[in-house]
Amino acid sequence: MFYREAGQFKTSYKADQAIFSITQDRFIVGLFLVVAFGVVPFLINDYWANAILIQFLVYAMAALGLNILTGYCGQVSLGTGGFMAVGAYASYKLVTSFPELNFILIILLSGGITAAVGMVFGLPSLRIKGFYLAVATLAAQFFLVWLFNKVGWFFNYSPTGMIVSPPREMFGYLITGAEAQPGARYLFCLSFVTIFALAAKNITRGRIGRSWMAIRDMDIAAELIGIRPLEAKLSAFAVSSFYIGIAGALYFNVWLGTAEPTEAFDINQSFFVLFIVIIGGLGSILGSFLGAAFMVLAPIGIKNLMVGVLGFDVSVAKHVELMMIGTLIILFLIVEPHGMARLWQILKEKLRRWPFPY
Amino acid sequence: MSLKRNIGDTILAVDQISLSFGGVKALSNISFSVNEHEVFAIIGPNGAGKSSMLNCINGFYHPQEGTITFKGNTRRHVSPSEAAREGIARTFQNIALFKGMTTLDNIMTGRNTKMNKGIFWQALRFGPAEKEEIEHRAVVEKVIDFLEIEAIRKTAVGTLPYGLQKRVELGRALAAEPDLLLLDEPMAGMNIEEKQDMCRFILDVNDEFGTTIVLIEHDMGVVMDISDRVVVLDYGKKLADGTPDEVRNNQAVIDAYLGVAHDDEE
Repeated sequence: MFYREAGQFKTSYKADQAIFSITQDRFIVGLFLVVAFGVVPFLINDYWANAILIQFLVYAMAALGLNILTGYCGQVSLGTGGFMAVGAYASYKLVTSFPELNFILIILLSGGITAAVGMVFGLPSLRIKGFYLAVATLAAQFFLVWLFNKVGWFFNYSPTGMIVSPPREMFGYLITGAEAQPGARYLFCLSFVTIFALAAKNITRGRIGRSWMAIRDMDIAAELIGIRPLEAKLSAFAVSSFYIGIAGALYFNVWLGTAEPTEAFDINQSFFVLFIVIIGGLGSILGSFLGAAFMVLAPIGIKNLMVGVLGFDVSVAKHVELMMIGTLIILFLIVEPHGMARLWQILKEKLRRWPFPY
Repeated sequence: MSLKRNIGDTILAVDQISLSFGGVKALSNISFSVNEHEVFAIIGPNGAGKSSMLNCINGFYHPQEGTITFKGNTRRHVSPSEAAREGIARTFQNIALFKGMTTLDNIMTGRNTKMNKGIFWQALRFGPAEKEEIEHRAVVEKVIDFLEIEAIRKTAVGTLPYGLQKRVELGRALAAEPDLLLLDEPMAGMNIEEKQDMCRFILDVNDEFGTTIVLIEHDMGVVMDISDRVVVLDYGKKLADGTPDEVRNNQAVIDAYLGVAHDDEE
């Protein structure tokens, strides 16, 4: 009844191809953005920013990147943690070498550097596929973390081996460092994620996105209709790494503030982002957000429920939380192997026909 | 064939092609030529090397000997994507659609080589990129119209029935506006009505767009009906070529299909 497109006629291809071609979609997205930009920053406190929202935004960004590579182009990658580390260390080197450089530019440049690194590690994809490629990207993960641990130049020879993000401000508000206000940090991340999510949606709807999906669905046929596999795969690695690099830079600078490679960027990060993408829905921009929300919020929700409402011990709650997350992931994949994005699609279909069954 | 089409000069010439996989000779010394605007059929028993021949023409296999001349360019090695850019499109024996994508996206992908706006504009989806997308959408809609698949425009092709998938695949090939269209068993597994539809589309493509068509087909009725000329392969060798009537009465062809005691020359 509320979600129905009857009476919305499209008279041009432009309208038919619009990013949100249904009025209700436009309304929902608009509402979300208004709340996210206009309301949340004023209500946010340190707990919400650190534990939930910034974490969610950073992982959504990383998931967008991995979804472009794995969901759209079909190239499995386990190197996400390593590429996030590249973004983080690139931003650290840039921010310490060029202190007066605009911070937005630093984040974008870090993404660019990660894109270049990603393309190098994407080269094996021209010869190998599937599990074998996953193993090749695993090599990237271990190599990069090792590199940032061992080569002093990357962490400016700091005796602890840690990197610390110096305070930087944007429009007069501190966004990194210990003094930064939660609202400003949140808005900074949110702006990046919003802009790049829209860009990702646009790219995946256009020529480049179609060539990625063609490679994913049937690479031989793609080649025979004139798509160059080299171009398509490497561009997917580049764009994906760009996003993951930005996520890494935000993760280190805005969320953590300090980082140490073996802990912050280990293989668990790669798996975490991969889970987000699989649970959210491969090949779906919305899925990246839904998956990130699930993976970030579910543990917190379960913990709060167990400790706060049911009165369990904190350590017990932690164990139960791990078990429940595992169970939920399995359940989810059994119920809907195509992820939360597909569930949302099914729900939309149902809503369109409601109250009739079909 | 009521319409008199003006058959032009040679568009594709295959000269002394030999292709072997290890010790297996898939093709040996095959030569034939296809004229512009012609419907040309390749027939032969199973394993005769028909699909291998198509794969050589569009660069998927690289023959060890011989040359292929397409639109005046003589070559032996070409990559499939280059061949596609030169104007060769094809469909497959086993449907090779992009199953996760909609009909519209599949056919739009056929026009990928004709689009060139960079990633920056595409990310913005504004100005040149949007204009380009709309222009190509208009062409694609014509193809959709032509093949009468408007209703399934936004359906994922993985969910479509077989006959429609074949039609979408033809659409994807047509969207590239090829000069030469290679059809690998376009009617395999279809019922009589679907075959009639497909024949109609093939002839219409040939008539309206002037596309040269090379097709492989096992249904002799169809082949003899719609093609201008036929070449017959058997065990990688050429048995005969000519008009359907000539081929039908060729003793070697009859022998290959019906079988004889091989006591004399082939």
